[in-house]
Amino acid sequence: MEPIIIEGTPKTPTVKFDASEGVFEIKGRSIPENSVEFYKPLVDWLDSYKEAPLAKTVVNIKLEYFNTSSSKCILDVFKKLEAIHKAKNEVEVNWYYEEDDEDMLEAGEDYESIIRVPFKMIEIVE
Amino acid sequence: MGFDIENYISENDKNNVILFYKGNVDSDVINHVLDTVEDKMVEVNEQSKLRKKVYNVLVESLQNLYHHVDRVPEDFEDQTAEKYGMLVVQKVDNGYKIITGNFVHAENIEKLEEKIKRINRSSQDEIKELYKFILNHQRISAKGGGGLGLVDIARKTGNKLDYSFKPYNDKYSFFYLNILVDEREQS
Repeated sequence: MEPIIIEGTPKTPTVKFDASEGVFEIKGRSIPENSVEFYKPLVDWLDSYKEAPLAKTVVNIKLEYFNTSSSKCILDVFKKLEAIHKAKNEVEVNWYYEEDDEDMLEAGEDYESIIRVPFKMIEIVE
Repeated sequence: MGFDIENYISENDKNNVILFYKGNVDSDVINHVLDTVEDKMVEVNEQSKLRKKVYNVLVESLQNLYHHVDRVPEDFEDQTAEKYGMLVVQKVDNGYKIITGNFVHAENIEKLEEKIKRINRSSQDEIKELYKFILNHQRISAKGGGGLGLVDIARKTGNKLDYSFKPYNDKYSFFYLNILVDEREQS
């Protein structure tokens, strides 16, 4: 599978999905007006990856900001990961948040309560 | 004019306005507003927690305008704007005020007001649950909104949504949303 590598912009995050390593990362700001357009290729890619995933998949989410329209798309990404996990593969989500950013921590906890995949909340201390 | 946001802000508050905009709310305008306000907050060394809240709320209020505004009335002065909105960002004692204004067609008022009232009578815990419920159950609408903007604003600020509808004519009202983002601790 070809990896997905997308450079970040002021409104969209940096994305690195590498199937050969089983490490996926979404990093930066995710505040586009049309989030579906941005996330659909990622969700489709995960759909293919789900057919033959590695024994362990690690997902690193390091978002500084995301808008509510992205929040639904991010949930779609997590739902794909949940399906991979449900098929008896190891999946781990590392949810990073900056020191003092309680809103970002709470956002991670929201997903943790909806999605049946192990989450680790990691505080970034400057 | 009664619906003009410039008159909506009282005279003595005008000094503290850091940004005022009225016109078409497109993607470039949103970028520009976000950059300007972010730069100003960095300039005055605003603490990062408040800065992030203001930025988040600003994104949601602008994108609410972008996704949801109704067309302007036929006799309105500015007919060029497809998505006409107004925005004021104002420094206040403990934080920032973000005021938006846009036309709402009479038939859409009730639904919008009901949504705001529901949010305003909810506790912070209820708002959090409401957010999660909508996140998990509602698809993104044809307009591109997630239906979460106002809930998110109420959740992040911890404040009630202060709003009003000023009638413009039989068919339209002008909707003001007055959002306070302050430093008080959330419960």
